[in-house]
Amino acid sequence: MKKFLSVLSLVAVLGLGATPYSFAEDLPEAAAATVEAVADTAAAVAEAVPAPAAEEAAPVAEAAAAPTPVPNKGDSAWMIVATILVTLMVIPGLALFYGGLVRQKNMLSVLMQTFVIFSLMAVLWTVYGYSVAFTGGSPFFGGLGKAFLAGVTPESLGATFSKGVYIPEYLFVAFQLTFAAITPALIIGAFAERMKFSAVLAFMVIWFTFAYLPMAHMVWYWDGPDAITDAASLETVVANAGWLWAKGALDFAGGTVVHINAGVAGLVAAFVLGKRIGYGKEAMTPHSLTLTMVGASLLWVGWYGFNAGSNLEANGYAALALVNTTIATAAATLSWMFVEWFGKSKPSMLGAASGAVAGLVAITPACGFVGPVGAIIIGLLVSPICYFFVTKVKYMLGYDDALDVFGVHAIGGIFGALATGVFVNPALGGAGVVDYVANGVAAYDFGAQMTAQVTAVVTAIVLSAVVSFIALKIVDVLIGLRVSEEAEREGLDTTEHGERAYHA
Amino acid sequence: MKFVSAIIKPFKLDEVREALSNIGVQGITVTEVKGFGRQKGHTELYRGAEYVVDFLPKVKLEVAIKDDMLDQVVDAIEKSAATGKIGDGKIFVFNLEQVYRIRTGETGPDAL
Repeated sequence: MKKFLSVLSLVAVLGLGATPYSFAEDLPEAAAATVEAVADTAAAVAEAVPAPAAEEAAPVAEAAAAPTPVPNKGDSAWMIVATILVTLMVIPGLALFYGGLVRQKNMLSVLMQTFVIFSLMAVLWTVYGYSVAFTGGSPFFGGLGKAFLAGVTPESLGATFSKGVYIPEYLFVAFQLTFAAITPALIIGAFAERMKFSAVLAFMVIWFTFAYLPMAHMVWYWDGPDAITDAASLETVVANAGWLWAKGALDFAGGTVVHINAGVAGLVAAFVLGKRIGYGKEAMTPHSLTLTMVGASLLWVGWYGFNAGSNLEANGYAALALVNTTIATAAATLSWMFVEWFGKSKPSMLGAASGAVAGLVAITPACGFVGPVGAIIIGLLVSPICYFFVTKVKYMLGYDDALDVFGVHAIGGIFGALATGVFVNPALGGAGVVDYVANGVAAYDFGAQMTAQVTAVVTAIVLSAVVSFIALKIVDVLIGLRVSEEAEREGLDTTEHGERAYHA
Repeated sequence: MKFVSAIIKPFKLDEVREALSNIGVQGITVTEVKGFGRQKGHTELYRGAEYVVDFLPKVKLEVAIKDDMLDQVVDAIEKSAATGKIGDGKIFVFNLEQVYRIRTGETGPDAL
């Protein structure tokens, strides 16, 4: 039986490797082809080797026979665009979204932190980040075998989620680079307007190394679908994969790795740094909601690269992610606005922008797994939850998360991760999880799926909280976290960067 | 000589300037200011953070005139700046001791 499955996979690779295919359409064809090919291949294997060795022989034969897959140009083109779109999310999207929310005297400090964190992470990702996140090692931390992108060439390949479909490894490196760069940049909103620039950079290096990279490795590292041919090879892949991947945790585009991770770091930073001077007494109104709207819109557009790009191929699942990203965000924008409107406030631009970001965060882990109705429900529900945290819990607990990184990203991310476990259910319109052994949609088990989701959420919270706390304490001892009171009152633009954003 | 200082609604500035020009006022000085009177402020809400904005933007208009023009000037400002709603502003009148024109050194009403 095992041999039969490996032959089936071999046939699938040989016959369909050159064309992108979806399971639903091509399975009957593959099955039909298998029936013809099984007799020949099985006979050949049986002749060549004694019976006990037959099992080992199958992979050898596969390795010898399978031609090197050639990346599809459509997939590659889409992933180049997606990578650029995620870059657009960070610079200038996130920078402007955050920048508009701070006071005028701190505008440049926020733009500068975002811009430089992106650049710093891009270099670190190349030096060791990619290797630590995406090579084997332990289930928690990869190795240094691909440090400085050793072994990555224009010919080397990165796996996708379909058997026999690959993209250039450089493209996978670049796409994942943008994720590694945006995640630390998200955190700055929590300690905006008061942290030393040097301390920000030092903290980010530590956090990136010990919180982001392990989380990315745990959730996303696996050998790719072609490594799974039968139950035995599935076990090998699971044993070699990241810890949360092996548990079956679903995170399509980074709800745990990016949003819970960054959001929790923001909460810890807000507590460790303390409140801004004058918090609760002086007016700390956003200096330009116009720029915040521009930034939120760039985030929304860039997020298509983030979510649909996380499919790694241009196919129906990418389209599903695209649709879900749009409607969940739209629903969340509406629900935030109505919560404000029916409450004591007016329907505000900041509320609409906040709702959009909350919707984007919540649909991130779910976008390739749930159906459109699930996406609408996720969007409608996430905004009231985030609104409650941003407008009530923050004041009850008394932390100064300046731009609501925790209230939007961590809370929206946690809700999204749990909702993914619910709405992935094909019975609720979800796309389900692919079973690479049977090459179909796996049976849905609510208890098992939710256990995996909760495990991933708790892991992200604990890891990020512990690493953030230790990193902040180290930086506090070495550099000091906060600027002087005088500098804070004067504004970080002139005191930290020696320039002003606006000249009246 | 009199010195008239008027606080008015910003969007009324052009009408007031026109009314003053029509009665022969030679020059005015305008400043953007903030303040409060009976109108009080308003409330702004940003993600649940409530800020009471006490100081509303107004325009302060200053004009120095000969004594005999006072009634005309006050009347012109009152009529052109009025909307009838709260927050229309106030007019303050001071006695003006002396005026110098810097370029020529003229003093008194001649310098106006």
